[in-house]
Amino acid sequence: MGTLPEPFAAWFARRGWTPRPHQLALLRAAEAGRSALLVAPTGGGKTLAGFLPSLVDLARSPRPGLHTLYVSPLKALAVDIARNLTAPVEDMDLPIRIETRTGDTPQNRRARQRADPPNLLLTTPESLALLLSQAEAGEFFAGLGAVIVDEIHALAGTKRGDQLALGLARLGRLAPGARRVGLSATVAWPEPLQAFLSPTGESGGVRLVQVRGGAAPDLAISLPEGRLPWGGHMGLASMPEVYRRIQAARVTIVFVNTRAQAELCFQALWRLNEDSLSIALHHGSLTVEQRRKVEAAMAAGKLRAVVATASLDLGIDWGDVDQVIQVGAPKGVARLLQRVGRANHRMDEPSRAILVPANRFEVIECTAALEAVRHEELDGDPPRPGGLDVLAQHILAMACHAPFHPDALYEEVRCAAPYAGLSRRDFDDVLGFVENGGYALRVYDRFRKLFRDAEGMVHVRDQHVARQLRMNLGTIVETPLLKVRLRGGPVLGEVEEWFISTLVAGDCFIFAGQTLRFEALDGVSAVVSRGGEGEPRVPAYAGSRMPLTTWLAARVREILHDPRKWRLLPAPVQDWLRLQRRQSMLPPKDGLLIETFPRGGRWFLVAYCFEGRLAHQTLGMLVTKRMERAGFGPLGYLATDYVLAAWSAFEPTGVEHLFEEDILGEELEEWMAESSMLRRTFRNIATIAGLLEKNHPGQEKRPRQMTMNADLIYDVLRKHEPDHILLRATRQEAAGGLTDVARIGLLLARARGRIIHKQLKRVSPLAVPALIEEGREWVAGGAEDALLAEAESLVEEVTDGAELFSGLLADVTEGVAIRPRDVDKPRHRERPRHNRFIRNAPKSLGRA
Amino acid sequence: MSAAPIHLGGERLMLDPAGVLHWPARRTLVVADLHLEKGSAFAAAGRFLPPYDTRETLSRLALLLRRWKPARIIALGDSFHDRHGASRLPPPELEALHRMLAGLEMLWVLGNHDPEPPEGLPGQAADEVRDGPLVFRHQARPPASRFSAVAGGEVSGHFHPKATMPTRAGGITRPCFVADGRRLVLPAFGAYTGGLDARDPAIAGLFPRGARLFLLGRERLFSMTASPAPQPALTGTGPG
Repeated sequence: MGTLPEPFAAWFARRGWTPRPHQLALLRAAEAGRSALLVAPTGGGKTLAGFLPSLVDLARSPRPGLHTLYVSPLKALAVDIARNLTAPVEDMDLPIRIETRTGDTPQNRRARQRADPPNLLLTTPESLALLLSQAEAGEFFAGLGAVIVDEIHALAGTKRGDQLALGLARLGRLAPGARRVGLSATVAWPEPLQAFLSPTGESGGVRLVQVRGGAAPDLAISLPEGRLPWGGHMGLASMPEVYRRIQAARVTIVFVNTRAQAELCFQALWRLNEDSLSIALHHGSLTVEQRRKVEAAMAAGKLRAVVATASLDLGIDWGDVDQVIQVGAPKGVARLLQRVGRANHRMDEPSRAILVPANRFEVIECTAALEAVRHEELDGDPPRPGGLDVLAQHILAMACHAPFHPDALYEEVRCAAPYAGLSRRDFDDVLGFVENGGYALRVYDRFRKLFRDAEGMVHVRDQHVARQLRMNLGTIVETPLLKVRLRGGPVLGEVEEWFISTLVAGDCFIFAGQTLRFEALDGVSAVVSRGGEGEPRVPAYAGSRMPLTTWLAARVREILHDPRKWRLLPAPVQDWLRLQRRQSMLPPKDGLLIETFPRGGRWFLVAYCFEGRLAHQTLGMLVTKRMERAGFGPLGYLATDYVLAAWSAFEPTGVEHLFEEDILGEELEEWMAESSMLRRTFRNIATIAGLLEKNHPGQEKRPRQMTMNADLIYDVLRKHEPDHILLRATRQEAAGGLTDVARIGLLLARARGRIIHKQLKRVSPLAVPALIEEGREWVAGGAEDALLAEAESLVEEVTDGAELFSGLLADVTEGVAIRPRDVDKPRHRERPRHNRFIRNAPKSLGRA
Repeated sequence: MSAAPIHLGGERLMLDPAGVLHWPARRTLVVADLHLEKGSAFAAAGRFLPPYDTRETLSRLALLLRRWKPARIIALGDSFHDRHGASRLPPPELEALHRMLAGLEMLWVLGNHDPEPPEGLPGQAADEVRDGPLVFRHQARPPASRFSAVAGGEVSGHFHPKATMPTRAGGITRPCFVADGRRLVLPAFGAYTGGLDARDPAIAGLFPRGARLFLLGRERLFSMTASPAPQPALTGTGPG
């Protein structure tokens, strides 16, 4: 084993520490000038390992100027690390200056940093992009010796990761000598991360340092007392058990899968909280101040438990957490391990974690995840190509930094792993978009933002363009949000605008851990008051639920198929599976089981695909389209992580034809172009690429009616220039990011010739959870318009025609007595709900 | 397509699901907030929106001219996104506009985006148009008092109203007409015009006794009621 130089050896010794092998390995890699990726579980002293070589180097040969740049996905993490590093630096009296630079850094400090950079600068991908767009970036980074990318697994594969990769490629030009260090949690495939880190975009040049093991985590499954729920995802039936475990531990993190679930669990726990334990709530829609307050209380040891979503997945070391409870199925093994690692941030002690499945299928899924952890198998997504919208932003930023030649920038960009396969056509079209919009109709030439000189160098038009870019840099696009403000009080957080648009004055909803009554819109926020009557709703957020990973799905299928593995399952679940075997059959490992049965005057079709909710949603759309053509009269469908269920007016026969591979052809194309998913993708791309702006110089707040509607632009562009680069980027991202379409393709290929159709007299045991699931999609001939007509006629029905809308309209509008509450009580409120509203959740648990 | 009749100030008017108003007695088509050349206005400010909005808006308007064959068009202001919009019209669109307006009486009501008459285009410009019991203006006048009697009816644009109707598959949002017996606000017609929630105090405040909303559909309108505006004391912070 190697040794540490002084004064580090003494400092370690004083604290009774021995340098860990991976810390020394990184030191050796640095001394050889090599880049390295460190993959280690949480609690392995990763951050110190990353910084140690820089500290050693600076202690040996102190010098002014920027030595090491550290990039983290979280502002708070950068601040936290800066604090942690300051201690050893002060202890050893090292001549090293450490500073952070984030969106919160005041203007004067930024200016000072540019003139006199610290030795270690801790920042975020967005702040790095800003620095690189400055004219003086060349001098600033010239002496750079190292770049450390923390939580690299959380950045690679995202748009922030794309932006960082492009920034790293530029750093490779400005400071070719700088080595790179990547710090990652345990991942299935480190190679794409090595490539991400590498100055050439290839994994070869980056040394891999992998820390195995640590103590194996101590995982267990906890079931609710009494009956095991058939359906539901909230896990509220287990809250008494969760509460007892909180009582028994020092500090607990209760991880949940969605913000809505966080709100509900938090309320349920407080209803049980007779001891008034300090239990807090943490999710991404709460105000930053509120989250910081919870984090600070956590760090100070003032909390017994915090109910949290992915907002707590990363980073900051809470130290004393001795128990993690995951409520709801984990959906992926790597994600589960990262969450479990939040307990007991010390590698040599086992992390303790409890899995709390919310329903029977989730019991199997949790069991599958436990097995995977035991066998040290992980899942993960393959790398995807970098976004062209991020590239557009980067190209403009580079022009703001200094004139460039397109050939040189193209070569440079391809050194970033996500862009290694970028075609010259795409690059040129993105450049064209940045220059003047790149439209076939070249009417914007006089407004161009970039122009080329005689030597072909590309220049930015003026400082106004640069300012506009800097105000809008970044790749995080929020869906339109509205602030939720207590009347005469503070802002509580933000809720998606569409949710507020479904409320009428007097409706209540649960948010920020309290029941709120919606009063009015005041233009920029939803005004609410505390309390309220009636059953509250819970705001849910589009796309907030993670689908089951392919890999975990395969394991679930395997357990189902193999009765020898059932002994891992609790008795009620075993009984359930036996019942299924008797009344129908178990889903086979490779083939596809499809059941049909009549129920309540309709025919049901249930396909056991196990490809995740998103894939099933797409598949449902395609299959019902085909059912319509076959004359089965489909009425609706529903997608869970495990099955697709569709119902129709007539008995579906020849179901094999509904699941043929060619449904992925025309029908898919047609659906994709119209789908809300594509529209959402376009909105994000248009915003990041700079078509829509988040901020405009000199115009801090725009009137609400001025906000540009991306849907309208999408429609116009699709009609008039369907091959425009932004639409190409949208389709590419939808197809690539849409691994669920690929999953459907694989499923259909696998099932070819192996579809088993069971015609049953009644619902099968495995189908029950799906039939009581929330989140149904309706198939309506004319889609939206039909729904509108129906909603309207429902109003007529419940008001006995008082709200009649017909040819007599004129008479109605002339001096009509309006009773607004009539409209608010239509029957649709009582019907099964749209997937994004989670109402009555506790009831549904007991509805078996 | 089925238009819906509505009575305003004793006049029978037709609401077209495309978002325009037809007044059969006067053979008049009324259209609000065309925002022509919004794309190029944004381009000038550094956002290269697809330059096809004027083309799109005019082709939709042409369809409605064929449907209703009016003798007169009243554009309720904000016909151009900015005061130089008319001068930026690309030659093909300019020609199309001239062709469309040939033989028609064209009245440009001036709006906040286009406070001056469009240059080089046929028609008359005015701050408001009065015809019989109806007055046409860009922005509705707020009621002087809750009980003041208004003779006749007012037709206006400006606010780009939209509304969300709850359905079993979640809320569906569409541009809409907002009306009571004496006031009618038209949805915006331009291809790039977003909307303002009809519950916003800026709109709801115009209808102290509540209003009826007519959401635009492909073939017909969908109607719902809107609550009366909250008491003024509740809404001190509405946008100006």
